[in-house]
Amino acid sequence: MLNLLTRRIIATLVTLFLISVVAFILIQLPPGDFVDAYAGKKTQGGVIITQEELDVMRTRLGLDQSFSHQYLRWIGGVVKGDLGFSWEYHRPVADVIAERLPLTLMLAFSTLLFTYLIAVPLGIYSAVRQYSVGDHAASVIGYIGLATPNFLFALILMYLGQKWFGMSVGGLFSPEFEDAAWSLARFVDLISHLWVPVLVLGTAGTAFQMRTMRATLLDELNKMYVTAARAGGIPEFRMLIKYPVRMALNPIVATLGWELTNIISGAPIVGIVLSLPDTGPLFINALLNQDMYLSGAMILIYCTLVIIGTFISDILLMILDPRIRLEGRI
Amino acid sequence: MSDQHNSPASNDNKVRRLDIATHWQLIWWRFRKHRMAMTGAAILGVFLIISLFAEFIAPYGSHTRNPRYLQGPPMGIHLFDDKGNFHLRPFIYGRINKRDPVTFRLRAVVDTSQKIPLRFFPRGETYKFWGLFKSDRHLFGVDNSFVNLLGTDQLGRDVFSRLMYATRISLSVGAIGVFMAFTVGIFMGGIAGYMGGIADEVIMRLMEFIRSIPTLPLWLALAAALPRDWSALKVYLAVTAILASIGWTHLGRRVRSKLLSLREEDFILSARLAGCSDARIITRHMLPSFMSYLIVDLSVSFPYIILAETSLSFLGLGLREPIVSWGVLLYSAQNIRTLAEMPWLLVSGLFVIIAVLAFNLMGDGLRDAADPFAK
Repeated sequence: MLNLLTRRIIATLVTLFLISVVAFILIQLPPGDFVDAYAGKKTQGGVIITQEELDVMRTRLGLDQSFSHQYLRWIGGVVKGDLGFSWEYHRPVADVIAERLPLTLMLAFSTLLFTYLIAVPLGIYSAVRQYSVGDHAASVIGYIGLATPNFLFALILMYLGQKWFGMSVGGLFSPEFEDAAWSLARFVDLISHLWVPVLVLGTAGTAFQMRTMRATLLDELNKMYVTAARAGGIPEFRMLIKYPVRMALNPIVATLGWELTNIISGAPIVGIVLSLPDTGPLFINALLNQDMYLSGAMILIYCTLVIIGTFISDILLMILDPRIRLEGRI
Repeated sequence: MSDQHNSPASNDNKVRRLDIATHWQLIWWRFRKHRMAMTGAAILGVFLIISLFAEFIAPYGSHTRNPRYLQGPPMGIHLFDDKGNFHLRPFIYGRINKRDPVTFRLRAVVDTSQKIPLRFFPRGETYKFWGLFKSDRHLFGVDNSFVNLLGTDQLGRDVFSRLMYATRISLSVGAIGVFMAFTVGIFMGGIAGYMGGIADEVIMRLMEFIRSIPTLPLWLALAAALPRDWSALKVYLAVTAILASIGWTHLGRRVRSKLLSLREEDFILSARLAGCSDARIITRHMLPSFMSYLIVDLSVSFPYIILAETSLSFLGLGLREPIVSWGVLLYSAQNIRTLAEMPWLLVSGLFVIIAVLAFNLMGDGLRDAADPFAK
């Protein structure tokens, strides 16, 4: 077990290293650099900038050095917790992100919680009452939930909210709490706004997990051990929870990391549509403005979250089903 | 099909048909029975027709402006007029521009005194069908007026016509993307599964690595890297390639695992003894035996690519004007003010949902049919 854990951790570190290289390549890819984007903006504003000024700026920002040199400088800082400087915000990247990351994390974990709290009971219900009205209704909603892109769902909710209730469903705080300090009232306000993005982000995943749960549980219900347990006289509900449901949870837990990937993946675009004060709009603006250290740090953070999620789901799987050996899959 | 075996006397003919049917016939018979899947396939058929004949079905070009009807709501097609009289030829009501007493803006209002009959196969705007033949016939249209079934946008462009063109682009992005992913997936999966050893190890690690990166941020970063001065067509090809560059891992994994299990089969050994080359064994003997599973994977990966393209274009990082796709159409419905004024712009979103739904339904049916010998 301990041996396994160390191997997993080493593999995770290697993946993280590779991801940091890819992230750095990605943010270097766009033609031109921040200085060009900056010059373009200033020129549009009517300010004249000479080539010398641009060159000085490049040297100062270290943009004239070789790729490997720039990468080493960047990753050296990252390891020490210094994510670089955001040219757009004129502040350290770490500060800019630290303001918004807690909301992203909170959103991601609330969505994860929502997904499983809804999907598992609904999946069990659909399997036990196969072909009932509830089962069919759940499948129809599931199919549509899977087919609707997140941003479209958000748009529709916004439109309906505007039309029927005359309220705006965007954002995470009411105007009076926007800049207020943290307090109980502000927290309650946050919760009352949080359900919209959670619903938007979680529906597709819920639909998918519900269908998985239903399918695997249906397979399990036909097995002999279920009949044996029933014959033994255990009350139906207890029998269900104790044996087949426990077995059917395996694929659900195994895809936990993957589910987190999907949520993290979908979060930026939902953040933009609903104008949430989380990292989504930050990331996309950084990409558009070539604020490379900021976008690089965001890619790194998103990937790290996903890798941690996969790691946790593997360990959960080991606890849930000791028969599963993880040597083969790193 | 089991009931046919239960009463052999009455169904002797059918049983024989079942026995001599080819593999693909069995799959088709099984698929045909799946009602939802057939519905999905029918819907996709309609989409295919729309994308093949977009110029003909659309009454206007995708960039033709109608200055007399800006931000106009959808028009209904009527058979009964306001007095309850029936008309055999469907008609629409005319529109006249009136100034809004509150905002002082010109607004088109319905004029029930003007009944404009819908004409079929009229001459209209000239277009080049598939860029080859010139024509000016359209499926429907009106004389001396305008028909905007799904309304118009800020610039007075016909939403219905744009939607028809967008269907073609969005489906073609899906088709080309899936094709690219398919080719790369078979190639990489084929090498990994057939060669084994180091090649397998390296390719598997690569696939796992790609899958561990959250897709949308990766797509966004790649799309943002495209030069801004590229032409719309170049961007279109590049975006398709970007979407395929991540989609191939699914297929690659499937091909690899199937090849690995087939490698030990007797018929492969005999093919090898008969002196077949590796390439021939893979393409002639191994691929056909799991082609049906690959088709299932294809139909399932279609919606992913379509959804991804829509999301990217919606953010303004994917396709862009003058190329119109479903995502590009939604791009103009980004803020709540436009949405409140022109909710009909969301109709391309409805198309996205229907298309993805149809692909998923068809995929379910194909999955059941892929192995016709399962119970």
